[in-house]
Amino acid sequence: MSKVLEGFLYAESHEWAKKEGKIAVIGITDFAQAQLGNVVFVDLPEVGANVKKGKEFGAVESVKAASDLICPVSGKVVEVNEDLVGEPELINKDAFASWLIKVEYTNESDFNSLMNAEAYKEIAK
Amino acid sequence: MEEVLKTSLYEKHVSLNAKMEPFAGYLMPIQYEGIIKEHTAVRTKSGMFDVSHMGEIYVKGTDAVKFVEYITTNELKSKPSGKVVYGLMLYENGTVVDDLLTYKYSDEAFLLVVNASNVGKDYHWIVEQSEGFDVLISNHSDDYSEVAVQGPATEDIVKRILNIDLSSLGAFEFTNAVIEDHDILISRTGYTGEDGFEIYGDHIAINLVWDRLYESGEVLPCGLGARDTLRFEAALPLYGHEISDKITPIEAGFGMFVKFDKGNFIGRDALLKQKADGLSQKVVGIELTEKAIPRQGYPVFSGETQIGVITTGYLSITAEKPIAMALIDAKYSALDTPITVQIRTKHVPGFVRNKQFIKKNYKK
Repeated sequence: MSKVLEGFLYAESHEWAKKEGKIAVIGITDFAQAQLGNVVFVDLPEVGANVKKGKEFGAVESVKAASDLICPVSGKVVEVNEDLVGEPELINKDAFASWLIKVEYTNESDFNSLMNAEAYKEIAK
Repeated sequence: MEEVLKTSLYEKHVSLNAKMEPFAGYLMPIQYEGIIKEHTAVRTKSGMFDVSHMGEIYVKGTDAVKFVEYITTNELKSKPSGKVVYGLMLYENGTVVDDLLTYKYSDEAFLLVVNASNVGKDYHWIVEQSEGFDVLISNHSDDYSEVAVQGPATEDIVKRILNIDLSSLGAFEFTNAVIEDHDILISRTGYTGEDGFEIYGDHIAINLVWDRLYESGEVLPCGLGARDTLRFEAALPLYGHEISDKITPIEAGFGMFVKFDKGNFIGRDALLKQKADGLSQKVVGIELTEKAIPRQGYPVFSGETQIGVITTGYLSITAEKPIAMALIDAKYSALDTPITVQIRTKHVPGFVRNKQFIKKNYKK
């Protein structure tokens, strides 16, 4: 059974976003990592890159397959989780602690279309 | 919708919480606990695979050896009984119907083991070619289950757990054995680049083999995910990827399994012509110089020109680097030729390399 944590917002494409002031922290859900299996590589944008809500911003790759990452908010990348470059398997260990990127978001309203934990639980099973 | 079949070991996979997916018409285990763990078990100790979906076709009769040599590329007349020979069945144009293992009982009896996804096609093809030959062809795929047990500790484990001593069985040899009054056939063959065995028998016998090996705790159940990463690292071809009805064995780099001297066989003329004219496409090894994963279907470039496509690629679990096999324009196939692979929007640099991705561990 996958973990779905309160306090995070969720996209149908299995990314999570957490609002911290002007910053959105973005990762993939525990359900997503379980579906993927052993994560062996993450392909992330550079700091300063613009990302768009609903558009691909990179990929997370298991042994078998590459899975596109879809950005839950629009904005500018201000930080990338460099730990995942050397240890992508951290995502399998704790998908909620292993954030991918931090985005200075442009529209607060981007969060409105995301799901809360209760709604996402219905999808992640 | 076609019915999805289940192997006789299906319930065991489900009880082990395997991720099950349809493959070649069967619901098969892709992985249990994880591909990396399973892959590593086979490289370092022992792992087992349910490969009951594979096809088993018998060819018997006074013309059997003549016929099997006519429909496959390898040579069989000189081989002793008890020998397994790898070969390919070709179309007249030299491209591949399937690759297969040929088990020689005698000049008058052979077992052909073919790919699961091709069983129906292969059986019809073989029957069609048999006109004028005194042979009887029968498809026994549904009667057999099969488990592949692979890895450096396998011989020892099989001896202790199944009470079967295979120390005198050489590579590509087979023998008969018994498990609780059930006959089984064991060959020293595999699809992983490691020493190991493929064990065939009726469904009850193979369930017994699986249970005993599983209960020993020494052999890890492995899924088709690890089977593919293992065979890829050993540069063994997979039908539909490195060999297909668009690729000849010469282009795929398997000329050593084509014996032109043995006499006529289907596809011989086309291959001879191809050898004389030179190749236009070739399957090569590729290594990337930046960390990224070249996957099947990704285009391969030389500068602005697309020169081919990845047939299989991984971040190799054993070699720990991004490597692939690719079908490319033969003009670019020289070792160390720089190429790029388009991965999403990026062109990732790499070069053409040999296909010795890992050191194989076969019994001498």
